[in-house]
Amino acid sequence: MVWFDACAVEDLQPNSGVCVLVQGQQVALFYMPATGSVYAVQNFDPFGQANVLSRGLIGDIGGQAMVASPLYKQHFNLETGVCLEDGTVQIRVYPVRIDNHRVYVGITGQAS
Amino acid sequence: MKQTLVVIGNGMVGQNFLAGLVAAANGQYNIVTFCEEPRPAYDRVHLSEFFSGKTAEDLSLVEDGFFANHGITIHLGDRAVTIDREAKTVTSAKGVAVQYDKLVLATGSYPFVPPVPGHERKNCLVYRTIEDLEAMTAAAKTGKIGTVVGGGLLGLEAAKALKDLGLETHVVEFAPRLMAVQIDEAGGAVLRRKIEALGVTVHTNKNTSQIVDGDTCVNKMCFADGEELETDVVLFSAGIRPRDDIARSCGLEIGQRGGIVINNQCQTSDPDIYAIGECALWNGMIFGLVAPGYAMARTVIAGLTGGEASFTGADMSTKLKLMGVDVASIGDAHARTQGAMVFTYQNGASEVYKRLVVSEDNKRLLGAVLVGDANEYGTLLQYCQNGIELPENPDSLILPRLSGEPAGLGPDALPATAQICSCYEVSKGAICSAIEAGCTTVNALKAETKAGTGCGGCVPLLKSVLNCELAKHGYEVNTDLCEHFAYTRQDLYNLVRIGEIRTFDELLAKHGKGHGCEICKPAVGSILASHWNDYILKQEHLGLQDTNDTFLANMQKDGTYSVVPRIPGGEISPDMLIAMGQVGKKYHLYTKITGGQRIDLFGARLEQLPAIWKELIAAGFETGHAYGKSLRTVKSCVGSTWCRYGVDDSVGLAIELENRYKGLRSPHKIKFAVSGCTRECAEAQGKDVGVIATENGWSLYVCGNGGMKPRHADLFATGLDKETLIKYIDRFLIFYVRTADRLQRTSVWMENMEGGLDYLKSVVIADKLGLCDELEQQMARVVDTYQCEWKTTIENEDKLKRFRHFINSDQADDNVVFVEERGQIRPANADERKHFKLVEVA
Repeated sequence: MVWFDACAVEDLQPNSGVCVLVQGQQVALFYMPATGSVYAVQNFDPFGQANVLSRGLIGDIGGQAMVASPLYKQHFNLETGVCLEDGTVQIRVYPVRIDNHRVYVGITGQAS
Repeated sequence: MKQTLVVIGNGMVGQNFLAGLVAAANGQYNIVTFCEEPRPAYDRVHLSEFFSGKTAEDLSLVEDGFFANHGITIHLGDRAVTIDREAKTVTSAKGVAVQYDKLVLATGSYPFVPPVPGHERKNCLVYRTIEDLEAMTAAAKTGKIGTVVGGGLLGLEAAKALKDLGLETHVVEFAPRLMAVQIDEAGGAVLRRKIEALGVTVHTNKNTSQIVDGDTCVNKMCFADGEELETDVVLFSAGIRPRDDIARSCGLEIGQRGGIVINNQCQTSDPDIYAIGECALWNGMIFGLVAPGYAMARTVIAGLTGGEASFTGADMSTKLKLMGVDVASIGDAHARTQGAMVFTYQNGASEVYKRLVVSEDNKRLLGAVLVGDANEYGTLLQYCQNGIELPENPDSLILPRLSGEPAGLGPDALPATAQICSCYEVSKGAICSAIEAGCTTVNALKAETKAGTGCGGCVPLLKSVLNCELAKHGYEVNTDLCEHFAYTRQDLYNLVRIGEIRTFDELLAKHGKGHGCEICKPAVGSILASHWNDYILKQEHLGLQDTNDTFLANMQKDGTYSVVPRIPGGEISPDMLIAMGQVGKKYHLYTKITGGQRIDLFGARLEQLPAIWKELIAAGFETGHAYGKSLRTVKSCVGSTWCRYGVDDSVGLAIELENRYKGLRSPHKIKFAVSGCTRECAEAQGKDVGVIATENGWSLYVCGNGGMKPRHADLFATGLDKETLIKYIDRFLIFYVRTADRLQRTSVWMENMEGGLDYLKSVVIADKLGLCDELEQQMARVVDTYQCEWKTTIENEDKLKRFRHFINSDQADDNVVFVEERGQIRPANADERKHFKLVEVA
């Protein structure tokens, strides 16, 4: 796995999402100040077939951190990527690291 | 061979009989029915709703395809005129002859018109059929004053109809008080004051001697005491008379004062002929209510299908809302029973009158009268009908309960045999079984048992039986907004308002748990915006907004957005049109006219939105809030400025209303329309708020809807000047904002409101809750703090940072691909996308 510098910490939106382009991949980054967590998942919505997940609302359902698709409102677990409505659908999740006020996204199977 | 059953008359009772018979008889009879009116049975009990927006179709009591599905032959618009009892044949006015084995007469009644000279003059009408209502509407168009002759139950209903038509309304009654049959003198006096407070002039002890040419109106009524009354419309509602002519001419026994004599099986003097409803005379009595008619129908059905039943009289208890005033009468209201004792309670300030008639031993309720507040009707009726023993102090049943304890008799105290719905004879036991079988809402119970679908008087009791049973079964009716807030939206609104809470985090910390979700965040975001009207993209509110609100545009299926500038009232100058066209052209946007008389520009990428809006704002446009749960548009017709028929300036008013209410965040979107005359080209009666110009001022309609579940708006007030109109709309909107559920349109809000339209009027017009000042002040704050969210946004560099697809790159989303169709762009479909993607990248 290789870590890629995605953006500055100040670019994150508290309680909301932004999209970064990392190695040609669209990655949605979410920041929840209440728990100090930053999550990274694919930006592509597998149901709506559009790059929009970074514009979904975040929160928790039954204790799981989640994002709701802005198109058709399916929920995805931000830690596992599993869809809460349909367990057979899973979106890609990425590890995130904060270092020196920069946000790094880890991508496997990719040379730097 | 099948026997033939002929039913003469397809009114409420005739139809109830047919529906009951086909359910019970299993195809045993070949059924033929005659209906002299042009349409089959409709709800005469709620006839006056025709003037508050219901159509003839809404009032229909016949399910689609009923006659065909059950093999019933109906001769519509054809009156049965003769019965040949020898040949057992019925012949109609159009010459149709049908042989019968059994015959049911459900010919109903006709309005009694006193034979005063002049009763046949122009605009002297009755109130019975939909055709009568149409005649009233036509007469009211040219008239200003209307008078009802008769101050009984129907007369007061008719008075409401005249008032709804915008006429100055009078009621003339021969007796010394209103509703002399049902209520006592003191109750009648209270009722009179309440009705007069609503702007209806009541004249009692008036004997009309003749009707002649008026001096200032079409007619003039002259009374025996020498007084006169100028009026354009005269509406006779002085009682009913049984329609017994066809029975009379074939020699059936008729009562001395009319009515077809029937026995306990509802048979006439010819055992093969039955009579039911208002045409029938049982034990010397005619029953002018539907419930006894339905009971007669059930008796005949039992007789015809091999069962046994008797009609043994009927309860004449009634509860109704006359012009918004609750009136109820139960059993022996006049205390005619030997030894009966009377308890009365009268509250002069709030004009409430209650009277209990109790048996000599103080143990049984014999009757009651309620005026102004009929909440105890259900409970009292149960005491009376089921002979339940009264509490030690019977007057406790009608005295105000200051401690807030529940009203007298809980549903648990009722025996299973207690009749809850007297229109359809549904017992508490039957309701409990339906609940056991899975009915968990009042609507489900209505569909399953028919309880509450007649006069509707038992619905509150039905609801309390339901709640009580559900609680017993351990169901908890969960009205929580979501897992984060154990409150309804209305509760949360009050918490925000009273606790002066200004952020989601504060509300969550004080009243919720967890981190929120896509249900509660936008709902609370909307509440905060309605109440405080902050800029919605303020940092603390940003994460609450749905994507459309976050980016102030409407996300489409491919992740691009559409842009809708405000075009108030649909009025736009050529220059503004050109400016919008230029923006559309420059950014290659797909352009379409919306249903709300504005223009939608599709296919804008997130990163293009700020540039597009800079140009639109420079050209003089404002945001249209198409993305928000807020006021969308005020549609208008061109109005009196140009239109030959226009009565008032609908465009001017539409623009003023749109500019007043733009930006108001609400539980769901809100649409308005203003029509310049009753031709209604703006379709205002299908909007949340609809305004129609009339000669007498503006008429206000509320809670209409088009879309998935259309609802005709209710007429809320008439003859308004602009100032009053705006005042009412201010109050209405804020009351909706404060009390509706999340994503509940005004139409559904109204459908679920206890007390319905009358309650809403009492809050908004009569200020029953003493809230009106506060509601107006809140609206004034919202109006004063309006901002164009796009203008604020493009002036704020920090906020604009988010309007990029990638926060770390200027590239565009390569998944967005358009193709051309009819000279404009549209999103590529999956097949096209494979091909065009290559082109795009190259």
